[in-house]
Amino acid sequence: MTRLQEVVWKPKTSLVDRELAGLQAGVYPGRIDLVRIPWLRPILESRWPQFLLRALTLAGFVFIITAGLFGSRVGSHNFAIIFVWIAWWTALKLVFIPLGGRSWCSVCPIPLPGDWLQQGGILEKGRRRFGLNLRWPKRLKGYWIQSSGFLLIGLFSALTLTDPRLTAWVLLGLFALAIGMSLVFERRTFCSHVCPIGGFSGIYAKTAPVELRVVDHGICAAHSKKTCYQGCPWGLYPLALRDSAQCGLCMECLRTCPKDNIAVNLGPFGSDLGTTRQTNRLDEAFLALVMLGSALAFSAVFTGPWGSLKSAAFTIGSPAWLLYVLGFLALNLLMMPGSFTLAVWAGQKWSGKPLRLRRAIANQAQVLLPLGLFAWIAFTISFAFPKLNYVLSVLSDPLGWGWNLIGTAHTAWSPDVSGFSPILQVAILLVGLLWSARVAVRMSRDGNNPDLRQIIPVLAFCLVFSLAMLWLLIG
Amino acid sequence: MGWRWIVLAGLALVILLIPVPTKASTPIERTFHIEASRFRYNPAVLTVNPGDRVTIELTATDAVHGVSIDGYNLETTSDPGQTARLTFVADRQGSFRFRCTVTCGNMHPFMIGKLQVGQNTLLIRAAGLALLAIIASVWGFRR
Repeated sequence: MTRLQEVVWKPKTSLVDRELAGLQAGVYPGRIDLVRIPWLRPILESRWPQFLLRALTLAGFVFIITAGLFGSRVGSHNFAIIFVWIAWWTALKLVFIPLGGRSWCSVCPIPLPGDWLQQGGILEKGRRRFGLNLRWPKRLKGYWIQSSGFLLIGLFSALTLTDPRLTAWVLLGLFALAIGMSLVFERRTFCSHVCPIGGFSGIYAKTAPVELRVVDHGICAAHSKKTCYQGCPWGLYPLALRDSAQCGLCMECLRTCPKDNIAVNLGPFGSDLGTTRQTNRLDEAFLALVMLGSALAFSAVFTGPWGSLKSAAFTIGSPAWLLYVLGFLALNLLMMPGSFTLAVWAGQKWSGKPLRLRRAIANQAQVLLPLGLFAWIAFTISFAFPKLNYVLSVLSDPLGWGWNLIGTAHTAWSPDVSGFSPILQVAILLVGLLWSARVAVRMSRDGNNPDLRQIIPVLAFCLVFSLAMLWLLIG
Repeated sequence: MGWRWIVLAGLALVILLIPVPTKASTPIERTFHIEASRFRYNPAVLTVNPGDRVTIELTATDAVHGVSIDGYNLETTSDPGQTARLTFVADRQGSFRFRCTVTCGNMHPFMIGKLQVGQNTLLIRAAGLALLAIIASVWGFRR
C-alpha cells in the first residue's frame, strides 16, 4: 500500500479553471460543489483544521475514559455517560448523520493513533512506519460484523448506557481494537468493517445531502497513478463511489488529486436512494433491519413504562436478562428479517417480477433507511431531551466529586419537552415514513416494467413499523 | 397534479381536526397507591378520565424515589417506607409519562410510568396520518 505521505501534493489550480472544468463536465446538476466556495476550499484542502478537530475529540475521548474509570459510578453524575450517550449520541443522530453523512468519521478520534502508527507520523511522513498491512479477508467484508457489534451493544445496552465504568471499558476496547487492527491490517479496516458506529453512520449516510464524487469521470479514468486511491486512508477509489456509505469524508482524495477532479457536493437529501442496483448483498439489508429492531427494543426499554423489562435488561446474567436476550435476538434475527423477507417475496409474487428474491431484498432494503434514521431521531427526542439538564451539571462537576467549576453543578432547570416532544416525534416519524414510501415508489418506477404491486407489501411493513414506534413513543 | 395535493391536504386536515368520539363520563375521585422501587413503579400505567380528581400515594420501598408528571408540572418525593401524596385534576387529555425525580441508581433516568387521561387522540390522529402518507405515495405512483 502506498502511504498517505508518499503521495505528492497537487499543484494548485485556480478556482476559475476548476469551475470551467466542472461546467464542461456538467455531471452534477442541482448540486453545489463546496470546493468551489472560496473561503471553504482552503479549509477542506488543508490537513490542519481537521487535525485540530481530531486532536480536540481525542482529548475529549481520553477525558471521557478517565471520567468513566475514576469518576462517580452514578451515570447521571458522570461526564462519560452524559457526554457519550446524551450529548454525542444525540448530536450524531440529529446533526452529523442527517446533515453530513459520515462527517463524524472525519473527526473521530478512535482511529487516530492507528493512523499515526501506519503513517509513521502525525502530519508529515515518518521514517519508520508500523504494521503488517494485510488485506482484510474477503469473506469478512460487508456489514455483518458491524451488525453483530451493534446487536452485542444492544444486549448490554441498559448497563452500557448507564454505567460509567462499562462505558469507559467499551471505549477503551474499541480504541485498543482500532490500534491493534491498524497494526495488522491495511488502512482503516477497523472503521470500514468492524466499528458498529461506522456501520450505523454508513448506511444512514445515504440519506444525507453531502457526497464526495469525481468531477469528470474521463479525467479520473485516464489518470494512471490513481493518487486519490493511494492517498485514501479508507482504501476507496473515488471514481467507483456510487453512494456515500463507505466514504469517511477525510478529504485526502481532494488533497492528493493532481487533476483537481474531486467534488464535495451539497445536493438533495437521499439522492443515493431509489435506484435498482445489480447487487445480491444482504449485509446492508440485515444491518438496516437490525437498526429498525434495535430502535423498537430501545424505545420499549428506555422510554416505556415496563419496569420489569428495564430490570431484565439491566440485570446482566440473571434469568430475566436471558429472557430479554432471547426476545431481543428473536426480534432482530427472526421477526424483522422474516417479516421483511415475506413482504418482499409477496411483492415479487404479486407483480410477477422475475427478479430473484435475494436481489429484491438487497434492493428494497433502501426503503428502510429514511424510516430507520427518523425512528432513531424520534427515539432520541424522548430519550435525551428530558435529560439535557445533566449536561450543564456534569460540565461543572464532570467526575461527580462534588465540584462546581462553572456554577452549574446543581442546576435545577430541566427542559419541559412534554408539550412539544410528542408532536415533534409524530412529525419526524411521518416524514421518515413518507420519505421511505417515496423511495419505494421511485424504485418501483425504475426499469422497463414499473409495477406498483411489488412495493405495496413493503409499504405495509413500513406502516406497521411506524405504528409500533408511535405506540411505543407516544402511546 | 394540483388537485391531488388539495385532496390530500384536505384529508390531512380532516384527520387533524375532526373530533374523536369520546365516552361521556362524570368526573370522579380516583386514588392510586404506587409502590416505587429501583427502576419501576407498580402500577406503572394509570388510566383516568378527563376531569377526574386524582390522588397518587407514592411509597418508596428500597430508596428515596420521586415522581413528576410530564405536562402537569407536579412532583413529590417519598422516603423509604413513607407515603407521599399528590392530588390534582386530570384536566389535560392524552398520554403523559411520569418519571422518578431522585437519583436512585444507574437506570434512574429511565424509571418511567404512564398516566393515560381519556383517549390518546394524538396517537389516533398520527396513525391516520401514517396511513394517509402511504396512500399519498401510492396515489403519486399513478401520475
